[in-house]
Amino acid sequence: MGEVAVIQYPGSNCDLDTLEILRDVVKARTDLVWHKDLAHDNYEAYVLPGGFSYGDYLRAGAIAATSPSLRVVKEAAEGGKPVLGICNGFQILVEAGLLPGAVLRNSTLRFVCTWTRLRVETTRTPFTNRVERGQLLEIPIAHNEGRYYLDNDQISELERSQQIVFRYVNEKKEATEDANPNGSIDNIAGICNQKGNVMGLMPHPERASLPVLSLDNQTDGRVIFDSMMRMLHGPGA
Amino acid sequence: MTPGSYVVEVIVENKPLARDPEGETIYQNLILKGGYNQVTSVRAGKLLRMNVEANSPEDARAIVRKLSDDLRIYNPAAHTIQVRVVG
Repeated sequence: MGEVAVIQYPGSNCDLDTLEILRDVVKARTDLVWHKDLAHDNYEAYVLPGGFSYGDYLRAGAIAATSPSLRVVKEAAEGGKPVLGICNGFQILVEAGLLPGAVLRNSTLRFVCTWTRLRVETTRTPFTNRVERGQLLEIPIAHNEGRYYLDNDQISELERSQQIVFRYVNEKKEATEDANPNGSIDNIAGICNQKGNVMGLMPHPERASLPVLSLDNQTDGRVIFDSMMRMLHGPGA
Repeated sequence: MTPGSYVVEVIVENKPLARDPEGETIYQNLILKGGYNQVTSVRAGKLLRMNVEANSPEDARAIVRKLSDDLRIYNPAAHTIQVRVVG
C-alpha cells in the first residue's frame, strides 16, 4: 500500500504520467487506484489526474463526481489530507462540491494546448509550500473546458479567504486578458478550499516535471509535487 | 390524475451573468451575418428529453426537477434550468 493514490476514472488519460512523476521523480510511494476500488481512506494524499472521464458527457467531471471514490476523497479532505485535482481532476472536484464554482467551455470555443505562465498567489496550500508568493511557474495546459466561473461577489470572497492559488499572467507577471487562455474569470488557473488542503488547477504540473518535457529544461511543475512531499514528510523531504 | 408516460425536457443554460461564447458566436457569425437583424440575442444551452412514468404531468415534472438537483444535471454556480412537460 502506497502513501499517495492516483485515482483512475474511465477516460482518465494523464494517470500514468502523474504516476510516473510521483513514483520515479518525486519518489512518493504511489498506487494507481481504479475509482471503484477506492473504498476506504487508507492513503495520505489523493491525486485526481487529467483526462476526459466519462467522455466529458453532460459536463466535464459531472459524472465522475458521483463515483463512490469521491466519498472517500471527501472524508480524507475533511480530515485535512492533501487532495490535488489536475485538469479533469479539478473539474471533478468542482462538480463534487469539494471546490466552489464551475469550469465552463473555453471562451475561444477551441481546445487549447499551450504553455502558460502562472503567478503563485498563496503559499498556504500543501502544494505551494516550496514556492514564493508572486513566483512565476511555467506549466502547460490542454483543455476544452477550463473557463473558471464564479459570481463576482463570490470571487471577492474567494480572494479574501486566500483561495485563489494561481493566475494566468504574462512575462511581467500581469494578469492581462492576453495572458488568459480560456476566459477564466479574474485569470484564475487554480483554487483551493477554505482549509487550503484541497487544490485544483487546469495546468498540468506532471507535464513540466522533467527537463526533457519542457521548452527550456525547466521543471516548474515538480514543485507542486515536492510541496506535497514536504507536507507529508516534513521540511527534509 | 392521469398515470402514464410523460415527456419531460430539461433545458440547461448559463446564468445571465456567465458569458455564453457559443450563443454569442452563433448570433454574431451566423444569424446577424445571415441578415436576420430582428434577432437581438442568442443563448446556447443543452436539452435533455426524458420519458418518465408518473401519476400526472405535475408528478413527472417534480421527479425530473428533483433528479436535476440531486444528481446535479446542472451546476448551480453557473447554470439555470427549466423543466417542462411537453407530452
